[in-house]
Amino acid sequence: MTPEDNRYAKSHEYVHPEAEGDVVVIGITDYAQKELGDVVFVELPQVGTELEQGDEFGSIESVKAVSELFSPVSGEVVEVNEALNDKPELVNTDPYGDGWMMKMRLSTPEEVDEMMTAEEYEEYVEKESAH
Amino acid sequence: MSLPDPLTDQHRYISNASQDVGEMLEVIGIDDIDRLFETIPADVKLTELLNIPGPWSEIESRRWFRALAAKNLTAVDHVSFLGGGAYLHYQPACIDQLLLRAEFLTSYTPYQPEVSQGTLQSIFEYQTHQCLLTGLDVANASLYDGSTGLCEAVLLAERVVRKRTKVVIAKSVHPQYTETVRTYVQNLGYEIVEVGWTNDGRIDTEALRAACTNDVFAVAVQSPNFLGVIEDYDAIAQIADAAGAVKIAVIAEATSLGILTPPGAHGFDIAVGEGQAWGVPTQYGGPFVGFMVVKDALKRHMPGRLVGETVDVDGKRAYVLTLATREQHIRRGKATSNICTNEALIALAANMYLSLMGKEGLREVGQQCLSKAAYLRSELQKIGSVILPFSGPVYNEFVVRTPFPAAEILADLEHHKILGGIPLGQFYEGHDDEFLVAVTELHTRENLDQFVAALTAAISRERR
Repeated sequence: MTPEDNRYAKSHEYVHPEAEGDVVVIGITDYAQKELGDVVFVELPQVGTELEQGDEFGSIESVKAVSELFSPVSGEVVEVNEALNDKPELVNTDPYGDGWMMKMRLSTPEEVDEMMTAEEYEEYVEKESAH
Repeated sequence: MSLPDPLTDQHRYISNASQDVGEMLEVIGIDDIDRLFETIPADVKLTELLNIPGPWSEIESRRWFRALAAKNLTAVDHVSFLGGGAYLHYQPACIDQLLLRAEFLTSYTPYQPEVSQGTLQSIFEYQTHQCLLTGLDVANASLYDGSTGLCEAVLLAERVVRKRTKVVIAKSVHPQYTETVRTYVQNLGYEIVEVGWTNDGRIDTEALRAACTNDVFAVAVQSPNFLGVIEDYDAIAQIADAAGAVKIAVIAEATSLGILTPPGAHGFDIAVGEGQAWGVPTQYGGPFVGFMVVKDALKRHMPGRLVGETVDVDGKRAYVLTLATREQHIRRGKATSNICTNEALIALAANMYLSLMGKEGLREVGQQCLSKAAYLRSELQKIGSVILPFSGPVYNEFVVRTPFPAAEILADLEHHKILGGIPLGQFYEGHDDEFLVAVTELHTRENLDQFVAALTAAISRERR
């Protein structure tokens, strides 16, 4: 199931609002991890990095390929998931939970509202995989 | 520059008719083909046609080339003390013989690794040797040579540290290596900061400390350095660490790794260098082979080919190309580096050399180089007017100063069939009275005594 409380980007990143404040959790979707296959390495930005919506924030390497990761929102990186250094496979086993990638403090919170809902994302994925 | 016209017989192998060239220039929007060559300095461009006589038969051509070749001074008919990045060492005869095997000589990049197990095994062995000798974790399967190896190390460091703009390079790193880095980075917006040496020939640590500001992403030193002096890795590492810079050790005389403690043991992050000394002929300056070994944490930023060991479906040992997902043929413009080839055959020669010599052999080579250089140094110091300007520890190479221009002294030695060294003045301003002398296990005591006698005679002739 695609979690209802997240918002989704066409480049298959999700944004998960934290309980309070303007900090969000960012990772890649279950669909994305399945497409990539076994993840062997995740390269994440340094805390403090300022990102604009659409900026590359790192890369993810699976046994098949290396892909870029794009920030779906603008803001500052306040935390990265250090656990992925040793266990990149968390992205496969728990993309919406322990496999998160970074936390960002939003500079333009409206960007989140413009992203897809879970339902919209599922439709989008269905169309994309039909190709 | 006027282009040859392919319609005339003289240039039948150049297929671009002037009309074609005109059309191509129009498409790219320039009117003069010389604009394409603007970056080449004017003084190295040909301004007139090559003076090639002929046409000649094969017999005549051979005769002409043989006469030309006879003008070369070679290490075969001279005693050579030339070093400076290319060293004359013993090369076991079986290396050349084995290299001639078609399985090695004709095989290309193992893009189908499962059917290239033999090639992959030899590459894996090469990498293993590199790791053992440098004390670092992961080696790639070769780069072009020492100079471009340093370039790749600098670019690697920048990828890791990011958002810093300066690289500190010791002035005693091979000047041609530094020049190559300059060429690589000139359009990337990085600045090269050079740090000189003190009386002992080691890097000036005070100057290094001052240069290591927080916008420095890497510090590169060579050991033994271009003056032959062995650097104090620990002192350098400490300073570089304080600035958060990647520590790069450059090794131009690879046999030194058989006897000196490796850079990895001193906390260096990257060891990079020239592998020619490992059984590869000096062959007019190339092809040589560059090596690069890094700490585990940097392996994904490392350019080039990498072979890994794994097991097949039956649990048997097998080799694969690994981390290829970051290479150019898969990742195109986003590849880690645009290095997409290597020196596989020369690396194989180095691998054979290291396998044949083994631990004992390498130590023996190192000890002989060290002892023979020490003997020559002590003999030279007995000549009153010869000075060894640097007091730091050396391996097999060192600087000699006489009261006279090095060029004159060396020309005199040549008359006595001795290639006495490399004049330092061409690399460092104000060092015209100094030259660099390299000693290896191939020198006999007789050679060394001959050198001392010839130098003594040359100096007294200059005096007159």
